[in-house]
Amino acid sequence: MEVLNTFFVAPFLDMADSPIFLLEVVIGGLMAGVMYSLVALGFVLIYKASGVFNYAQGAMVLFAALTLVGLMEHHVPLFLAIILTMMVMVGVAFLIERYMLRKLVNQAQIILFMACIGLNFVFEGAGQIAWGSNVKKLDVGIPENAFEVGGVLLDTFDLWAAVIAATMVAVLAVFFQKTSIGRALRAVADDHQAALSVGIPLRTIWVIVWSVSGFVALVAGIMWGGKAGVQFSLVLIALKALPVLILGGFESVPGAIIGGLLIGVFEKVSEVYWGPAFGGAIEGWFGYMAALVFLMFRPQGLFGEKIIERV
Amino acid sequence: MFYREAGQFKSTYQSDQAIFPIAQDRWFMALVLVVAYVAIPMAADEYWFQAVLIPFYVLALAAIGLNILTGYAGQVSLGTGAFMAVGAYATYKLSTAFPELNIVIVFLMSGMIAAAVGMIFGLPSLRIKGFYLAVATLAAQFFILWVFNKVEWFFNYSPSGTITAPPRELFGYLVTGPRAEPIARYYVVLTFLVVFALAAKNMARGHIGRAWMAIRDMDIAAEIIGIRPLHTKLLAFGVSSFYCGVAGALYIFCWLGSAETEAFDILNISFPVLFMIIIGGLGSVLGSILGAAFITLLPIFLTNAPPAIGIHLGTELQKNIEEIIFGVMIIFFLIVEPAGFNRLWQITKEKMRMWPFPY
Repeated sequence: MEVLNTFFVAPFLDMADSPIFLLEVVIGGLMAGVMYSLVALGFVLIYKASGVFNYAQGAMVLFAALTLVGLMEHHVPLFLAIILTMMVMVGVAFLIERYMLRKLVNQAQIILFMACIGLNFVFEGAGQIAWGSNVKKLDVGIPENAFEVGGVLLDTFDLWAAVIAATMVAVLAVFFQKTSIGRALRAVADDHQAALSVGIPLRTIWVIVWSVSGFVALVAGIMWGGKAGVQFSLVLIALKALPVLILGGFESVPGAIIGGLLIGVFEKVSEVYWGPAFGGAIEGWFGYMAALVFLMFRPQGLFGEKIIERV
Repeated sequence: MFYREAGQFKSTYQSDQAIFPIAQDRWFMALVLVVAYVAIPMAADEYWFQAVLIPFYVLALAAIGLNILTGYAGQVSLGTGAFMAVGAYATYKLSTAFPELNIVIVFLMSGMIAAAVGMIFGLPSLRIKGFYLAVATLAAQFFILWVFNKVEWFFNYSPSGTITAPPRELFGYLVTGPRAEPIARYYVVLTFLVVFALAAKNMARGHIGRAWMAIRDMDIAAEIIGIRPLHTKLLAFGVSSFYCGVAGALYIFCWLGSAETEAFDILNISFPVLFMIIIGGLGSVLGSILGAAFITLLPIFLTNAPPAIGIHLGTELQKNIEEIIFGVMIIFFLIVEPAGFNRLWQITKEKMRMWPFPY
């Protein structure tokens, strides 16, 4: 009975006790979720356009953030540093297409996945050789103070993160739906061969899509780096983004956002209310378990394309 | 000229279905075994045993396990580290609870426990496929390691949270724990690898392996021709986890001596073992072993090569350069031969058959 109480009754009583605190936890979770979404977005873009499960997205975030910080340490103004970093990411996208993707066309997905893990090693090593492996502070001028709205504490930095993420999603949505490049991207995602046959240059498209996800990585790197400092552990946020991906569906931009928010809230709420009952530190696996249970009912995730199997 | 079937007539079904139908293959295998059992122990010193050979064999065993699941049955798993941890912790608990029990039996029992856990985490594979499944197996990875970290019963309430291999004897020789001779541990690990590799090869070419491959190629079609997905997939998860569990037990008991859950981390085990089977060749026992050799030897080579030719870099720089080269090598191999070392070996055999008159 006591077990039942600690797991199924007490947490809910706690929640009912102080709704304000619950609200604070939920908002904290939403903010963490925004950060997960930023990383997951990069995965989704590449998966949509080339069917590659880009494990190196986490390392790209680290690489972009390291480049930005490194440039700023050489007294390059922030605005210029961001532009330069973007150019570096475009160059990287070009190299990846030229030396990796082009040679791996038509390979099984798992081969491409493995190649991306190899790419992950390259990014990690290269970023640290170029810019050193100390923890670096990234200051992009976003104030970091808290204020109160109706008894709930909010962090300015988190709000900025939410605003930036929302803007980015809006821009991406317009880009995908309204521009001709966006249409070409969706065509490629649909069917490589058909896209080729109507004259869409596959290679250019790949460079574009990896560049875009490089930009997304840069934004994610700025936000994560601003919060926790630019350091090696940024690579591991890729692992944080994976449950978001399977929950939201690999091919869906809205899925990445909503999945991120859900996982963020799940994690925070479970950590605060169920964490003590489990003995703490459940953040590491709770998102995965939640996503796994969810997948049992909907194997393609929230917004993934319906899986149709034919013999 | 030397390697061809011509003249080797098979007069019984048994000889036709033999595991190595060609005489040259049999000689070659015998030669490999002689080298592994006699020549290497005579030549190797402690560094070679501890840093190269024992890890190579242990990880080869784990790679065979994962290859059964991923290569033959087509279920991508990133939870190898967790299943190895189950084997290791089960061995620790069993051998401290029953010190009299023969250590080989303990290893096998731990493999069984790992198999049971693997089958539980294999259940989602009936609903979830592809990368969704791969990420779902990460749930097993993180959850199981968290349990071993949190629940003190698993490491016998030791304050440091580590498990340490107790000394156990086999045929009067100490084979586990810190005081065991490297050569004794070498023979134990090698014997496990040989027996398990042979068993895997036989499973893969029998009706079990055919069922796995049918499921891998298209599970709906397999179901229609009468292969039960539930049984087949769970069997693959069970057998694979059994192999991984035994490998995990050997990993702690015959190699590291003591360890925390860190040792079974995703970056330490799960990804490297997946690399091994991809580089070695999916769906091949030989490929698993070759891949394991490559992935364990490459970092050692990269660490030792620059000092050997007189280049001395800082530790930090060297570590980063190693990482880059490792990544580039993996991409390079995937581009050059996506089907892995096993394919290269097949091509070599084909060439030898033609030699010296290729047409």
